[in-house]
Amino acid sequence: MLKNRVSLFLVLLLVAVVMTSSVMAQDGEDVIVESGDDVVIGLATILSGEGLVPLGDDITRGVELALEDRPVVTIEEEEFAVTLDIQDDQCSAEGGQAVANRFVSEPSIVAVVGPTCSSACRAAGPIFDEAGYSMISSSCTAPDLTAEDTGFASFNRTTPNDSLQGAAAAEFIYNELGYTSIATVHDGSPYGESLVNVLSEAFTELGGEVVFADSVTVGDTDFRSLLESVAAEEPELIYFGGFPAEAARLIEQRAEVGLEDVDFMGADGINTPELVNLAGDAAEGVYASSPVAPQSEAVEEFTQRYIDTYGLEPTAAFNTYSYDAANIILDAIEAVGTLDDDGNLVINRAELAEFIRSFGAEEPFEGLSGVLSCNGSGDCATGGIGFFQVTDGAYERLEVAEAE
Amino acid sequence: MASDVPSISPQNASPIRPAFRRIRRTLINDPIQVILYAAGGIFLLLLLLSAINTITSEGFVLSQYIRRLTFGLAQGSIYALVALGYTLVYGILGMINFAHGEVFMAGAYIGFFAAYGMVEAGWLQTVPLLVLLITLLVGMGASVVVAVLLERIAYRPLRSAPRLVPLITAIGASIFIQQLFLRLFGGSPRVYPDLYLNVPGTRGECEIVNDVQTCVPVDLIAGIYDVRFLGLELTIRPLVFIIFFLALALMGGLWLIVKRTKIGKAMRAVAEDKNTASLMGVNVDRVIVTTFVLGAALAGAAGVLFALYDGRATPGMGFTFGIKAFTAAVLGGIGNIPGAMAGGVFLGVIESVAPALLGIPQQLEDIVAFGMLVLILIFRPTGIFGEVLAKKKA
Repeated sequence: MLKNRVSLFLVLLLVAVVMTSSVMAQDGEDVIVESGDDVVIGLATILSGEGLVPLGDDITRGVELALEDRPVVTIEEEEFAVTLDIQDDQCSAEGGQAVANRFVSEPSIVAVVGPTCSSACRAAGPIFDEAGYSMISSSCTAPDLTAEDTGFASFNRTTPNDSLQGAAAAEFIYNELGYTSIATVHDGSPYGESLVNVLSEAFTELGGEVVFADSVTVGDTDFRSLLESVAAEEPELIYFGGFPAEAARLIEQRAEVGLEDVDFMGADGINTPELVNLAGDAAEGVYASSPVAPQSEAVEEFTQRYIDTYGLEPTAAFNTYSYDAANIILDAIEAVGTLDDDGNLVINRAELAEFIRSFGAEEPFEGLSGVLSCNGSGDCATGGIGFFQVTDGAYERLEVAEAE
Repeated sequence: MASDVPSISPQNASPIRPAFRRIRRTLINDPIQVILYAAGGIFLLLLLLSAINTITSEGFVLSQYIRRLTFGLAQGSIYALVALGYTLVYGILGMINFAHGEVFMAGAYIGFFAAYGMVEAGWLQTVPLLVLLITLLVGMGASVVVAVLLERIAYRPLRSAPRLVPLITAIGASIFIQQLFLRLFGGSPRVYPDLYLNVPGTRGECEIVNDVQTCVPVDLIAGIYDVRFLGLELTIRPLVFIIFFLALALMGGLWLIVKRTKIGKAMRAVAEDKNTASLMGVNVDRVIVTTFVLGAALAGAAGVLFALYDGRATPGMGFTFGIKAFTAAVLGGIGNIPGAMAGGVFLGVIESVAPALLGIPQQLEDIVAFGMLVLILIFRPTGIFGEVLAKKKA
């Protein structure tokens, strides 16, 4: 009995020590950039993966343009150049974990833009939480990343939450297209799954019916049997939550089971010219929803600059969001950074996280992608949702009353 | 000797008794095997009942399942062609060439450049059949080059090393080739140009414009046609059957080479015993290179056929495909040529038909397929056709 009590006491003591030490580590951890060195920002983007690279490139370009505007941060009249550490998160949980581990083992990384996909964000969350890092994603849209019980202290995003996009898409299908029976397919990723869940719920509430629901495995190439099952239910539209590689095959293979006249719709994951590259003529008429920056002169100018710099149209809808994400981090560094006696830049991670977490909370900030006002749980965007359709081989924005 | 004289003892008077004794012996000596048999048997029964339930239910439409079967045949034939490469190398060297999926990928990928170049040059309008054949040959050639380099650089120096060493090398080589292609050609998929092969004199899709009927001939590659067959409305893509019969023909050719030619005899000799074969004057190195060449040529053909079916080639396509094909080879009995073919087609068909038949989501197709693998290995640990090899090697 006594032995038990002693061991219990020891265990409790151990727990207490571990807890205090981790809290202390978070409180006390500073990033120190020596005078003359560069401030390093991590960028977790997609550098590999079928049909995914254009999405990652778009995010990278947004950040690069942000750094072109602000190549240095100025703290107490001392200038520090900013550089990027670009890593591949592969749009997967494993990739997100690997990138997060790499960044936290590199104490010079101040903060992180990204990761790109909700699966990677979800995997990176606990690791960044532990290390007291901050990330701002421009494309992780899964609602549970900022939910009360499943969210992460380190996670912030400049893109709207999918609870918005899913509901808007449901309304679009029901009211604008006038369809009442749909089939849903997702790719098993947190992004695709939560998007389809939100959409199905909203669609059923409106009075529509989801006649078929299933999912595909990322990397599979043969969805003909799945589509055969879809065809048996005779839906008016197939809604897909996922990314271009699988979407393109679903779109192409529709014809092989006689579904070529059934409409196909996806979300921001497929709102990229890459989808048309992959699916070719079969992509004609495909719908996609996407978060959109409010139409403004600044955005038009930015898009033109993008085209001039890289020689091609934006390859996804994320560039304005990643531009804003990078700018928030630069603002945060300038706000909390101080100089020590040797002229080195000292950035306290906890203060940095606090600044990002409450960015624009009191006074909404007019960002490029819309009004930014972080709500304390990581959601910073207030932007709207736009709808697009592939017409003559390119996505055209549809004139739809913007969803609130 | 006395023991050789057949004696009619009471034990083997009835054929039932020894069987009974064997069962009792297994019960006592190997209870785990018994549990596996029982679990497997019950599971099989459940699957069967579930399938019968679906077939007899009202929503069952036969033509849907026939279409699923054709999808499975095409996918399975390609698995089979790749599986043949695994099986050949295993049969000769006793090693699993895990980089074989990348050999397949190389065929599809390099085949793209050939197809693209010829389409750009305008050959497609004049000689579509030649374009297809050259694409196929270039794909096969590319795969052969990759496989021969692989054998020379990665495997030959390690031939006398312990068995695990070449296995790890193979996995390393697989990652290396995949990353090499990724860095050389980028992560974006290469979308094959729209190849076609019209059969002159046939009528595919017809449309009536201003009372004049114009017909496009049947396109064997990209065409999809509604056919009435035995009272069933079917949507058929001719390419599916081309893939299936071409795979069968290639496998037949391989079978003939192994069974009827001198080099085939040498291959079988090396498979039996490498050292003795070399003492008998067989050039072991040449035989092994030939094995890799044959397997790679089939994988290259599979790569191009798959790219025609799926429409694109990517650096990462070999990975999943390699695993599936390896599964098919094990399923059929690794080291056995008809076994690889049967295993591939079986796997493809199970993947496309079984989920619907069992009334479970299509996403679980891999679970069903690999579950079948486990079930089959419980009852036949050497695979469907594996027994012949097991005896030979013993």
